Amino acid sequence: MIHSKKKRNMNLIIGGTILLFFLTIMVISFFYTPYDVNKIQVANKLQPPSSAHWLGTDKFGRDTLSRIMTGTQTAFFVGAVVVVIGLFFGSIIGGLAGYLGGWFDEIVMRFIDALMAFPGIILAIMIVAVFGTGITDTALALGVLATPSIARIVRSGFMQNKDLDYVVAARSIGVSPLRIIFKVIMPNIYSQLIVAGSVAFAGALLAESSLSYLGLGVQPPDPSLGRMLSESQEYITDDPWYALAPGLTITFIVLGFYMLSNGLRELTDRRS
Amino acid sequence: MRKYVYMLLAIAAMTFLMAGCSGHSESQQSGKPKKDITVRMMADPDFLDPHKATASLTFQMMLNVFEGLVNPAPNGGIEPGVAKSYKMSEDGLTYTFKLRPGIKFHNGDPVTVQDVEYSFDRLTGKSTGQPLSSSLAAIIKSVTAPDDQTIVIKLKKPYSPFLTELTAVDAAILDKKNDAKQNTHPIGTGPFKFVEYKPENKLVLEKFDDYWKKGVPYLNKVTFSYQPDDDAAFMSLKSGNLDLTSVPAHKVDEIKNAFNIIPQNSNAVFLMGFNNAKKPFNDVRVRQAINDVVNKQDIIDAAFSGHGSKLGSHMSPAMGKYFDKSTVGDYQPNVKKAKQLLKAAGYSNGFSMTITVSSHSPVYSEAAQVIVEELKQIGIHAKINVIEWAKWLDDVYKQKDYEATIIDFTGKLSPFDTLSQYRSNDPENMMNFSDEKFDTLMSQILNESSEDKRVALYKQAQEELSQQAPAVFICDYQTEWALNKQFTGFTKYPIYYLDLAHIKPAK
Amino acid sequence: MAYILRRLVFLCLTLVFISIITFLVFRILPGDPVQIMLGPDADPARITAVRHQLGLDQPLFEQYIHLIQGFVKGDLGESLRFSMPVKTLILARLPLTFSLALMSLVIVVFVSIPLGVLAAIRKNSWGDIILSSITQVGMAIPTFFVGMLLMILFGSMFRLFSPGGYIPWGESFFGALGSLLLPALTIAIPQIAVCFRYVRNEILEQTTMDYVRTARGKGATERATLFKHILRNSLIPVLTVFGLILAEVIAGTIVVEQVFSLPGIGTLLITSVSGRDFPVVQGLVLYIAFVVVCINFIVDLLYRVLDPRIRLK
Repeated sequence: MIHSKKKRNMNLIIGGTILLFFLTIMVISFFYTPYDVNKIQVANKLQPPSSAHWLGTDKFGRDTLSRIMTGTQTAFFVGAVVVVIGLFFGSIIGGLAGYLGGWFDEIVMRFIDALMAFPGIILAIMIVAVFGTGITDTALALGVLATPSIARIVRSGFMQNKDLDYVVAARSIGVSPLRIIFKVIMPNIYSQLIVAGSVAFAGALLAESSLSYLGLGVQPPDPSLGRMLSESQEYITDDPWYALAPGLTITFIVLGFYMLSNGLRELTDRRS
Repeated sequence: MRKYVYMLLAIAAMTFLMAGCSGHSESQQSGKPKKDITVRMMADPDFLDPHKATASLTFQMMLNVFEGLVNPAPNGGIEPGVAKSYKMSEDGLTYTFKLRPGIKFHNGDPVTVQDVEYSFDRLTGKSTGQPLSSSLAAIIKSVTAPDDQTIVIKLKKPYSPFLTELTAVDAAILDKKNDAKQNTHPIGTGPFKFVEYKPENKLVLEKFDDYWKKGVPYLNKVTFSYQPDDDAAFMSLKSGNLDLTSVPAHKVDEIKNAFNIIPQNSNAVFLMGFNNAKKPFNDVRVRQAINDVVNKQDIIDAAFSGHGSKLGSHMSPAMGKYFDKSTVGDYQPNVKKAKQLLKAAGYSNGFSMTITVSSHSPVYSEAAQVIVEELKQIGIHAKINVIEWAKWLDDVYKQKDYEATIIDFTGKLSPFDTLSQYRSNDPENMMNFSDEKFDTLMSQILNESSEDKRVALYKQAQEELSQQAPAVFICDYQTEWALNKQFTGFTKYPIYYLDLAHIKPAK
Repeated sequence: MAYILRRLVFLCLTLVFISIITFLVFRILPGDPVQIMLGPDADPARITAVRHQLGLDQPLFEQYIHLIQGFVKGDLGESLRFSMPVKTLILARLPLTFSLALMSLVIVVFVSIPLGVLAAIRKNSWGDIILSSITQVGMAIPTFFVGMLLMILFGSMFRLFSPGGYIPWGESFFGALGSLLLPALTIAIPQIAVCFRYVRNEILEQTTMDYVRTARGKGATERATLFKHILRNSLIPVLTVFGLILAEVIAGTIVVEQVFSLPGIGTLLITSVSGRDFPVVQGLVLYIAFVVVCINFIVDLLYRVLDPRIRLK
């Protein structure tokens, strides 16, 4: 893409604003929510949005706004764990494969290709079946799933860099391979890593909500945006707002991360 | 030019979208009464072979195909089936059955005493050594045929609920000649014959013209259409793709004018069971305290949209005369009393516990969420652990590795089977409950030949359960059936059985 | 040729690897298929008898070897839950999932390519900006939420389609089209977004190439330049994206079949995992992986055929 230097990086600005908004909401939710998130008032159930309940109530009569606020905690937590796991293992595996090349690279890449040919949601279901459900288990399972694609990106970054002059120079003065991988090459692909990380964050949110939607992700009473959606499905014709609130929240957070990653990419493209 | 391109695109997109809309044609507008019915199938049958099948949802469909020596009756008792009549000896050890003359299998074979012998042999594993029913194998001593119209079954010891175990649910009569194909192409004597089954798609039955009861069935064809999802089934019902289905309680108002709505007590017991062998639940005061704080109505409202009846013990009102109404009011929400009980048991500061529930239906975790909130009032901090059904069966049901769990037990014809799992030595005693008084009552029932006295004993047993509180007996949820107005004749049974033989065109 | 051979070997290795993963996962999965099938009320004697009959009393490793031996001979084994050949089960569901995938793909192609071209031609126009923003949102919406939104819109507001319930092609052509349209649209929407952006960017990139300037310099009309030169060259890279999109579409059918409760491959897969029906899961997972790997392979080959520069290497 070609951008004039003057053009503002709208992706970065809008994406950043959206994320900042939801991050603020998440931080607030640690100290304050309009109602107790788990307080059940069956008599008050399925209320449409009102001044008392801005986003209405769910089928237990719980306040949807409070639950969405707390739900962003889950979303960001799962996303963060997934990104940390994915980046950590992804850069080790991808870095070694890309730097060493040869048969090691071949085996690792075939392994990764095979994992990527496996329907991801099924792999997630199987991992969850083994390790159980819940926030941490879901995050770990999704982290494992995010690793291959990050490893791929890191590997191609290494392939591009490993024969460049600065690496050859480092090698010739006897710097150890591990040091070259992490201290010499890695800093040069940081920008790719950041982009990959924010894409993985968005992917993790989508995957978490899919798993929770299928009943296999985050479990009650922990609020999860995906589960709120699946709970709302049976009321979708009569009480559409019940589904809209969590659905739009997921969409906007994911959108925020996508725009952020596009913005970051533009930023690095422009620099180079 | 470009404007045209945009417009063309828009038009093309619209036509494409609309192409699928006109598809729905209502074919039943002709004057003839509708004689084919489409019924929702919520889950696949576990086995078509009735001797292997166990799931209640299987029998809900297949009781239209199979019959036992006796059949379930709408009021909860039994009525003659393959046997025209039956007689029990004074000592309760010998049962004599007379075969119904002229009765035929779906393939035209006459039902013979050899077929009955074959069926019981298969169930008790007499000749193979591998029984398919351990309960029948444990009570039946011999099955003989003195002549070609008579069957004599001898028991090892008196077993008063024996006749209720002879319906097709436990002991269907099968054609000996069909031995190799009982599971792929089942043949019975019921009002409908099996035509085809496609997994996760449909199961088709057709009218059996030679059915022994004259005049039934009224319908020509029954299609059970696989529809695991409540919402999708509801949409299908409204669009005319389904004629009979259960609908979520909160949707009833929307369709009550367009369909016949038939509420039915499911004869299920929805409960939160404790692991009675595990601390602190081995203390009856703790169990009673929890019973005192759980508001059953809240759970019925939250998980079943208010459509359920509160229970006090392990028996639903659907069981008629056996049901002990007095237990329902035994526990009323009373935080103060609950706190006292906990204090007496040494838990004045409460404790932490885990409620393990299965994910295969949302009602379990919904009920759990309500209970967790209510337990907070007496200082009990409960955590919900939702696991897969497969894991639940393994961990909770088989290994009994849990503290508390929420589950429902579907109805049985015999009140004895309904209560038997609370006996100390019962293999299905998943709650590790052990109470001497209850055990004595149950063995008294087995030997009691007077029906009236048995009813009294059943009621005592229910009261004992209520007092000992091995579980919080929450409710029997109602099933709301919606039937196309072109049909009538829905008959209710206290077990999972959709009697399609008696459903007929409305006019 | 050597390349094709290498890819074929890789294909086999991938399948072996996937089958081993599935097996290992099933080894540690808790749950007994027979108990799940019969439920908690099951008679212990019946469970034993059924386990024996299904060969489940043998060690899992032996069952696996047995299954693999069958695979080599082209036999996928028999389902534990349905006592039916796995092949029959898969074949019965294939038409639904296949038509669903195909319909989504058709929608993706016919919507995203023209829109992408238009947006590129009128770069930075309002239409372009609006389309580009919509597609960003399209990528961010969870698939099942798209499905739910479509249900709200079409299912209840217009009562146009028949959500819930699949009508086979054999029964009624329009009925089948109607029952699959919403699900297909659900799968297609995020992919339209991906494909649109790709087409638009690719065309924009090609526009700056020297050959375009040459063509224009030679006096070719804007339309001729676009259709004869730019479009042709930019669709080759788009083809590679199609491999990815197809894989996504296949994965998408799994979730979307749940949302609309359609009895397809995805539903079978999910119910088989929760029913611990190992032969079916093994067969399905291998089948899906096989299709995905093959598609990538074919796309690769096509790419080589279409782009002379790669052929030269």
